Amino acid sequence: MKEKRKKIFGQNITKTILALTLTYVIIQLLVYTNIINSYLQITLATICINIILAVSLNLITGFTGQFSLGHAGFMSIGAYACAIITLKNPTTTGFVLGVLTGAVAAAIVGFLVGLPTLRLQGDYLAIATLGMSEIIKVVFINLDKITNGAAGLSGIPQFVNWTWLFVFTAGTILVIFNLLRSSHGRACISIREDEIAASAMGINTTRYKVIAFTFGAFCAGIAGALYASYFYFIEPGLFGFQRSIDVLVIVVFGGLGSISGSVLAAILLAVISTYLQALSEIRMILYSLLLIIIMLFRPQGLLGSKEISLNFFKKRGKLFPGKGRI
Amino acid sequence: MEQFLQQVVNGLSLGSIYALIALGYTMVYGIIKLINFAHGDVYMIGAYVGFFCMTTFNLGVFPSLLIAMVLCTLLGVTIEKVAYKRLRNATRIAVLITAIGVSLFLENVVMFFMKAGVRSYPAMTGFIAKKFKLGTMVITMQQVLIMVITIVLMVLLQYIVKKTKIGKAMRAVSLDRDAAELMGINIDTTISFTFAIGSSLAGAAGVLVGIYYNSINPLMGTMPGLKAFIAAVFGGIGIIPGAMVGGYFIGMVEVFVAGYLNSMYRDAVVFAILILILIIKPAGLFGKNVREKV
Repeated sequence: MKEKRKKIFGQNITKTILALTLTYVIIQLLVYTNIINSYLQITLATICINIILAVSLNLITGFTGQFSLGHAGFMSIGAYACAIITLKNPTTTGFVLGVLTGAVAAAIVGFLVGLPTLRLQGDYLAIATLGMSEIIKVVFINLDKITNGAAGLSGIPQFVNWTWLFVFTAGTILVIFNLLRSSHGRACISIREDEIAASAMGINTTRYKVIAFTFGAFCAGIAGALYASYFYFIEPGLFGFQRSIDVLVIVVFGGLGSISGSVLAAILLAVISTYLQALSEIRMILYSLLLIIIMLFRPQGLLGSKEISLNFFKKRGKLFPGKGRI
Repeated sequence: MEQFLQQVVNGLSLGSIYALIALGYTMVYGIIKLINFAHGDVYMIGAYVGFFCMTTFNLGVFPSLLIAMVLCTLLGVTIEKVAYKRLRNATRIAVLITAIGVSLFLENVVMFFMKAGVRSYPAMTGFIAKKFKLGTMVITMQQVLIMVITIVLMVLLQYIVKKTKIGKAMRAVSLDRDAAELMGINIDTTISFTFAIGSSLAGAAGVLVGIYYNSINPLMGTMPGLKAFIAAVFGGIGIIPGAMVGGYFIGMVEVFVAGYLNSMYRDAVVFAILILILIIKPAGLFGKNVREKV
C-alpha cells in the first residue's frame, strides 16, 4: 500500500500531499474571504483550464515531440459534450457525466485522428492537426440542431467552482507526471529524442505516439468541459486556431518538456493578461512582441526541460534528462 | 454547362490568388524549412498598401500594385532579418512559434492603426470595370486582370529561378545548404532574396484580392494563408510548379464546393483534402519520396 502511494505521489509523499492540500486550503480561504473577488476568480478558472491544456499539450509536443496545433479542437468536443449533457440534466451527476463524456469523446476523436496522422512528421503533423481542428469547428457550426450552429450554446448551468477546478487540475498534473515516469513515459521521451533510434530499440513508436496523443486529447476534453461549465456560454469560434496557439505559447514559454514550466507559464501569462486588460488596445501587440522576444532570446522557454520540485532550492534536480529538442 | 464554366472562371481567379501566396510559402519552406505563418499577413499588408495608394493617393491599379509589391518586399526582408535570422540554428519549433508571433504582431498592429472593421476598395472605373458576356456567363475584367497578372508574375519567377545567378543560388541552397555555402554562395543574401520574392508575390496577391473582392480587413490573411500553404503541400512543398498547380486546384475545389454543395463546408473540404494528401502522398503531387538516413 505504502509502495503504491509512493508511486503515485512521488518520493516525498507527505510533502506532495501537504503542498496540494495547502494550495487548496489557502486559495479556498482567499476565495471565502473575498480577497480573490469574482473578477479574479475568472482569472483563477482561466489559469486552471490553461494548466490542464498546457500540461496535456506538453505531453504531446514537449515530451513525445509531436507538434500538434489542434488542441482547441479537442477542447471544443469536451465543451460541447458537457454543455449538451448539463443543459439536459442540470445536476452535479449530470456535470460529472458531462465532463467524463466530453473527455472520452475527445479521446476517441484523438485516437481516430491520431492513428493515420501521427505517421506524419514535424510541420506536416502540425498542419494536419490544425486542419482537423478546423474541420471539427465547421462540423459544430453545421450541426445546428444539436449545437445551435454559429450562435453557440448559452445558459449552461455553472457547476465549476474552485474545488472542481482544483480536483481536475491537480489530477491531470499528477497523472501526466506519473505517466512520464513510467516505462510508457520513457518510451515517449525516447521518441522525442530520436524516433529512428527508439524504433530500432524495439519501441513501438506509433503506439506510444497514439497513446500520448489520445491522452492529451482526453485532458483537453476535460479542460473544455470545465470551460463550458464555468463560462456558461460556448460557440465554435471560441475554439479556433487562436486558442491552439495560446496553449502552445504557454507550453513553449514554460519550456518544452517541463511540466512545472507549463504550470508557471499558465499562471504568469494569465496574470499578465489580466493586468494588460486595462491596456486592451495594445494588449495583443505586447503579447505578440513578448512571444517573439522570448523566442529570440530564450528559445528553450523559462525552465527549459528542468522541473521545479519541492526541494528545488536544495538541489536543482533534473528529473527528465534530455534537451527537449524536436 | 454554362454555370460550370462560370465556376471554372471563378475558380481560376481565386486559384490565382492562392497560387501567388503559395509560391512564397513553398520557396521559403524549400530554403529554410519554415512554415512562414507571417506570409498570410504580408499579403494582408499588401492589400492595405494598395488600398491607401488607391484612396488616399488616388493612384491607378498598376502603380498601386507595384508600390504594394515593393513595400511588401521590404517588409518580408525586414521580418527575415529581425525575427528569423537569429534562429537559423534553433529548433524548428522555436522558429515556427516566432513566425506565429510575427503574424500576430502584424495583425494586431494593423488592427490598432486601422481598427478592426472592413474597408472597401474604391469602385473600379474605366477599362477595369468592363464585363464580357458569353451567353449567361460573365467574365469581369478584374478576373482577366488577376489571371493575366498572375501568369506574368509566374513566368517572371520561373525566369528568375531558372535563368539568373541568384535563382541558381536559391536552388543550390534549397538542395543542400552546407554544400552551397562551401561552394561560395552567400547564404544570408540568398535567403533574404527568397523572402523578398515571396513577399512581393504576396503583396501583389493582396492588391488583386482587394480589387476582386472589394473588402479587406486585418484578419483576412489567416485563412488564405493556411489554404495557400495547403496548396503548396498539395503540389509538393518546395517545388515551384507544384505550388502553382496546387493553388489553382484549391481555388477550384473551394469554388465548386461553395457552388454545388454548401459554402459552409468549403474550409472543411480543403482541410480534409490536406489530411488525405498527407496520408496518401505526403511528398505532394510533384514530390519525390526521400528516404531518411540515420
